[in-house]
Amino acid sequence: MTEPLLRVNRLSKRFGGFVALDNVDLAVTQGERVGLIGPNGSGKSTLVNCICGTLHNETGSVTFAGEKMDGLIAHERTRRGLARSFQLPRPFMSMSVADNIRVPLLYTVAARVGHHVSKAEADARCMELLKLVALDAKAARSPRDLTQVEMRKLELARAMAAEPKLLLADESMAGLSHSEVEDIVQLLLRLNERGITIIMIEHIMRAVMSFSQRLVVLVSGRKIADGKPDEVIKDREVIGAYLGQ
Amino acid sequence: MDVNLLINAVIAGLLLGGFYAAVTAGISISFGMLDIVNIAHPAFILLGSYIAYSLNVGFGIDPIAASILMLPAFYALGAFVYQVYYVSFEKFGQESLRGLAFFFGLLFVTEVILLLIFGVDYRSVNAAYIGSSLSIGPMEFPLRLLVPCVVALAMFAALEVFLSRTFIGRAVMAVSQDPTALRLMAVDPTRIKRIAFAISIATASMAGAILIVIQPVIPSVGRDYIGRIFAICVLGGLGSLPGTLIAALLLGVIESVTSVFYGPSWAPAVSFGILLLTLAVRPSGLLGR
Amino acid sequence: MRTPVFVLLEIVAGAALFLILRAVNNDYLFFAGYTVLQFIVLSTAWNILGGYCGYVNFGSAGFFALGVYTSVFLYTVNQNLEELMPESLLPLMQAIFPLPLPVLILLGGIVAGLVGLGTGYLTLRLRGVFFAIATLALAVVLQTFVVNWSFVGGSRGAYVIPPSTVPVLGPYIQYLFLLMLLLVILSVTCARLIERSRLGYGFATIRDDELAAEACGVPTLRLKLIATVLSGALMGMAGAPFPYYIGYVEPGSAFDLSYAVNSIAMPMIGGTTWWAGPMLGAVLLGTLQQIATVTISSAVNLLIVGLLLIGFVIAAPDGIVGLWHTWTSRRSKA
Repeated sequence: MTEPLLRVNRLSKRFGGFVALDNVDLAVTQGERVGLIGPNGSGKSTLVNCICGTLHNETGSVTFAGEKMDGLIAHERTRRGLARSFQLPRPFMSMSVADNIRVPLLYTVAARVGHHVSKAEADARCMELLKLVALDAKAARSPRDLTQVEMRKLELARAMAAEPKLLLADESMAGLSHSEVEDIVQLLLRLNERGITIIMIEHIMRAVMSFSQRLVVLVSGRKIADGKPDEVIKDREVIGAYLGQ
Repeated sequence: MDVNLLINAVIAGLLLGGFYAAVTAGISISFGMLDIVNIAHPAFILLGSYIAYSLNVGFGIDPIAASILMLPAFYALGAFVYQVYYVSFEKFGQESLRGLAFFFGLLFVTEVILLLIFGVDYRSVNAAYIGSSLSIGPMEFPLRLLVPCVVALAMFAALEVFLSRTFIGRAVMAVSQDPTALRLMAVDPTRIKRIAFAISIATASMAGAILIVIQPVIPSVGRDYIGRIFAICVLGGLGSLPGTLIAALLLGVIESVTSVFYGPSWAPAVSFGILLLTLAVRPSGLLGR
Repeated sequence: MRTPVFVLLEIVAGAALFLILRAVNNDYLFFAGYTVLQFIVLSTAWNILGGYCGYVNFGSAGFFALGVYTSVFLYTVNQNLEELMPESLLPLMQAIFPLPLPVLILLGGIVAGLVGLGTGYLTLRLRGVFFAIATLALAVVLQTFVVNWSFVGGSRGAYVIPPSTVPVLGPYIQYLFLLMLLLVILSVTCARLIERSRLGYGFATIRDDELAAEACGVPTLRLKLIATVLSGALMGMAGAPFPYYIGYVEPGSAFDLSYAVNSIAMPMIGGTTWWAGPMLGAVLLGTLQQIATVTISSAVNLLIVGLLLIGFVIAAPDGIVGLWHTWTSRRSKA
């Protein structure tokens, strides 16, 4: 078996006396589509934050593309190909939509060894990404002028601009309408076709089920299930955890 | 090292620390609990000093009694300042940069106004207890320090009781962490913050009065307290009154010992050293997790 | 506009200003002009950290004074070379000293930049407001050190006697004016370069959202340190010639709170997002204060600055530049 792209090994995280993550193991192979679900407060976002370096885990380790991530701060992990989107979109409000996407191009792609991004190249790349998420008509606008779903798309496009190997999409669809959810799922599938491994953290089961090849369930900081989606949702413990809340 | 000197330095430091606790109480509420970085607080304290001075010199009122008389006025002033701050910055979530500049402007303007009215000469008050002291063996308690310390501790205890025992007090403690929960309980977070900020400014009235009992003041004295009160507030763990008290006593003793053994002109550097050290090593404060 | 062209234009404008003042031939104009130029440097420097990154520095007076006292220190060393230096080093030192003013400016910048680095390193990893508080206290403590340091005059202050004339230019104040003009060109060019470079984007992401910035690969701590060092160094450089301008320095004048207030008020009033904003604010406020100091009193003019600062942050958050943008866009719509 080949070494997985991402390996999370016995990861634990506490906040004071509260155990947010308890010995979590997770392995994701190149090109996979993984869904991560769990009730509110189960530690999903904490796991994302620990993988991306926003938070530091006390014990356990994160290995990505064969390299230990522990001790690297968030931007160093982004530069190595680990990108994320935020649960609540956090665009740079003082910049135009296009400039929002330019930031990772300038700081991630250009900073990677062997890459030099000229201005024309960066402009072209920006427009390409904006076309992909159908925001090209609003390139010069402020993020303030965007709708909720457009804001989510900008968030994903910005994560994509870092040219990641792995994308962690943290609740990209919360609060969106039926067709908008479908829109985002299609977008993520297209990204996956381009060879990007994706972990989708989501509450909307319809979206998770249609997207994921594998489902991971987190409850109270522990992983209670990991396997084929249709099998996992029949699991007694999983049903119990969801009905019990 | 002279033991008597050390004992009296520590006593003076503890008395001073009690006073520092009163000075910092306001900041502990506004900065620690409400997340409002009111760097103009020392200017309000100085305002309290000068009002106590005016009432003392003009009508012969005891400075501490004067400060209690002025509590409602300072409360109203605090409510007004918070309203301006809320309408101009907090409502739009722009409090960081501009809010800081706003309070800095307030600090400066208050200082200049005091300067224009009272000039650059040192001003002091008269009261029966200034000048005499209480001696127990080798220990000496100057009343000029003892009375303010007792008043400060009384105020501090009242605040602690108010915050931990009353509904509004507990709402104040909760307001910065969970405004939504307050809303669900039909409590308007803005109103709670206004009350709390007004109280924090009201403490400045008393802190100002005891400041002028302890030492003569000039308008620029407030600036010396900026580093000190933030050092205490951070060291005490933001927003914890017991932590604030411990930190204040500690800083008082360290400063007093420094000034007895190395000279008073070094004392201001102590607080900054402690502030930087705390920020670098233990930003959650002494009692923090 | 390309940077070399811009610098050329700045030099032309600076030279024109200098020649006009020289033609008027009134030393007072040079004295007043120097102060205004000094404020342009201070406010532009403040804005690199405050306006671009959103980190408030209340300690401008401290950084300025570091430059001032670097000069005072080296001036005093030069006065006492025979006593301070071992015999073996004396000839060498006599050849080096007295250091020319441009070298003092450079050294003042280095000292202030290093202090900025230290303060930044200790506090910039925390919430932004801790940095602001630390800078506020920094000025008080640096002043404590200077007051206790008798070598540079302690609380009594120190006299620095500048030569009355320099070759070619004539009056010494014109030389000082010219140096400050160069510092203005340096700082404004710096600010404008940052605005148009990758660094400018990085700074803006820090101001907008640091967490998102890190997720986009922006090394926020390093960028903040760059801004702190640059900003502090420029302030120190602005302070270095001050002893030669004023002739007598005491801690109260070098650490004057009005430097801190002005370097915040000027960018806030001019506009923080454009390189010309701080300059605009400095020219307006600086000139106003020069006039007010002569006609009314210096305390009253500080009151005006404070009230203007409060008024602008409440009513016109984007400063004069922002007001101008709103006005022109309204006109174009009408």
